[in-house]
Amino acid sequence: MATKASRSSARLMISPAVVLLLGWMIVPLSMTVYFSFLRYNLLQPGTNPFIGWENYYWFVTDPSFRAAMINTLVLVGGVLAITTIGGILFALLLDRPMFGQGLIRIMVIAPFFVMPTVSGLVWKNMFMNPVNGIFGHLAQTLGMQPLDFFGQIPLASIIFIVSWQWLPFATLILLTALQSLDQEQLEAAEMDGANWLSRFWFIMLPHLARAITVVILIQTIFLLSIFAEILVTTNGGPGTATTNLTYLIYVSSLLQYDVGMGSAGGVIAIILANIVAVFLMRMIGKNLDA
Amino acid sequence: MARAVSTRSKVLNTVLAGTLGFLMFFPILWIAILAFKTEGDAIKAPLEILFDTGWTTESFGAVQARSDYFKHFSNSVIISLGSTFLGLLIAIPAAWAMAFVPAKHTKNVLMWMLSTKMLPPVGVLVPIYLLFRDFGLLDSRIGLVFVLMMINLPIIIWMLYTYFKEIPAEILEAARMDGASLRDEVLYVLTPMAIPGMASTILLNIILAWNEAFWTLNLTAANAAPLTAFIASYSSPEGLFYAKLSAASVMAIAPILIMGWFSQKQLVRGLTFGAVK
Repeated sequence: MATKASRSSARLMISPAVVLLLGWMIVPLSMTVYFSFLRYNLLQPGTNPFIGWENYYWFVTDPSFRAAMINTLVLVGGVLAITTIGGILFALLLDRPMFGQGLIRIMVIAPFFVMPTVSGLVWKNMFMNPVNGIFGHLAQTLGMQPLDFFGQIPLASIIFIVSWQWLPFATLILLTALQSLDQEQLEAAEMDGANWLSRFWFIMLPHLARAITVVILIQTIFLLSIFAEILVTTNGGPGTATTNLTYLIYVSSLLQYDVGMGSAGGVIAIILANIVAVFLMRMIGKNLDA
Repeated sequence: MARAVSTRSKVLNTVLAGTLGFLMFFPILWIAILAFKTEGDAIKAPLEILFDTGWTTESFGAVQARSDYFKHFSNSVIISLGSTFLGLLIAIPAAWAMAFVPAKHTKNVLMWMLSTKMLPPVGVLVPIYLLFRDFGLLDSRIGLVFVLMMINLPIIIWMLYTYFKEIPAEILEAARMDGASLRDEVLYVLTPMAIPGMASTILLNIILAWNEAFWTLNLTAANAAPLTAFIASYSSPEGLFYAKLSAASVMAIAPILIMGWFSQKQLVRGLTFGAVK
């Protein structure tokens, strides 16, 4: 039984963390909201008048906002599709008996530990460069025209690189979930004459449903914030072909020094992420009760 | 009952999974090879590189000479270790209290702490940047240690909480009955049982801090830049120096790759906030 004294000392022990996180959340957040209503450019010193919703209006009606929203959706959706489907297939495969399972699993997981700037630059130069990259050499050997990845299919190239980084994450989580599946259930189904496909569809997939949802939600949170891969490969270009919302806000705030506009974009990004976060938190909360 | 598996299907699985594993790992393997080639050899055709070129370590020296590599390496070490241990200092008491003295609102507090992790960094980029500028923290390691500590604090608290939760409270009570003080309780009963969980928490957070590439890129210039930002300086035109880029990359990812392999299991727990076990 917790005593009164231990309760108050417990509160004391939690408070540093609570105070810090509260400050970390409230101070910058309220500053972002406040700045988003000001005409505030670091290149134009002077007063920063209150201008109401003007920043939001200009940010949202700018053609690059539309492009950035579409790119963000395509980027997140594309990577989610590749990593979730690929992750299920990888997990099913890695769950089967084989030789050297540990080593193979290590090789599959490795890309997750590569820092984003390295994976961006390595894929861009060593693989996708049309002259010296491996894909270019491969195309020449096969007698084809080398593809200029970042010129012709820039967004798809970035989706490819990001998928390479996140496929291990999906695989690892789905594999962990798969290994907790009751083997006897599968055997019973097999004895009742269920073929592999129906065993997958009616037993494995429902068992994986929760893990798949978690993979999708957590990845979405991270994928909405993809930044470094774009910075080192395309700088958002050509044009706005690879500019996502995160990158667009970075451009307006740190390259154009438009604090007001960047903040308005920041508020929009926060709202977007919160829509996903609500679902994720609900799932985590449910698990906490169990 | 384990089922008997035919060797043939086992071999087939091995070949299939091995091929996929090799393809996933290949880019890492490839830069590990290019790192030991000369610049001239590194842009030859792949088969030529593999079979017709010599090996050299000159690129590693060149990377250090071009811009003090070890400065950036030690920045990465200081920032990732610093933020992790500072985070532990704040997280251990909080997680301990929530796990062993749960109150009515504990669950809500925990959920709220996690929710701060969902805030997109770009949403607070402007204020953090301006605050850093005003406090003279731009391009300083102290500033980065603080920011990375804050963004990883919810994960540290969460992981420690789930590990502490697994320690049966009865053991602590038994120690108390035997006359152990709170200090003894923490030092001789709790700590030994919590060490494996703490180790994996530390490992995962070092990995996350080492690879963090939003704040490190936006808040540093030459001085405090860790490896993420240093490697970014190889985007064109230096990116065309394949051997040097490879050497720099290999050194940047090797320590984390090794740590990551040791922490595969904990990774799932830490990154899904316990939603998948």
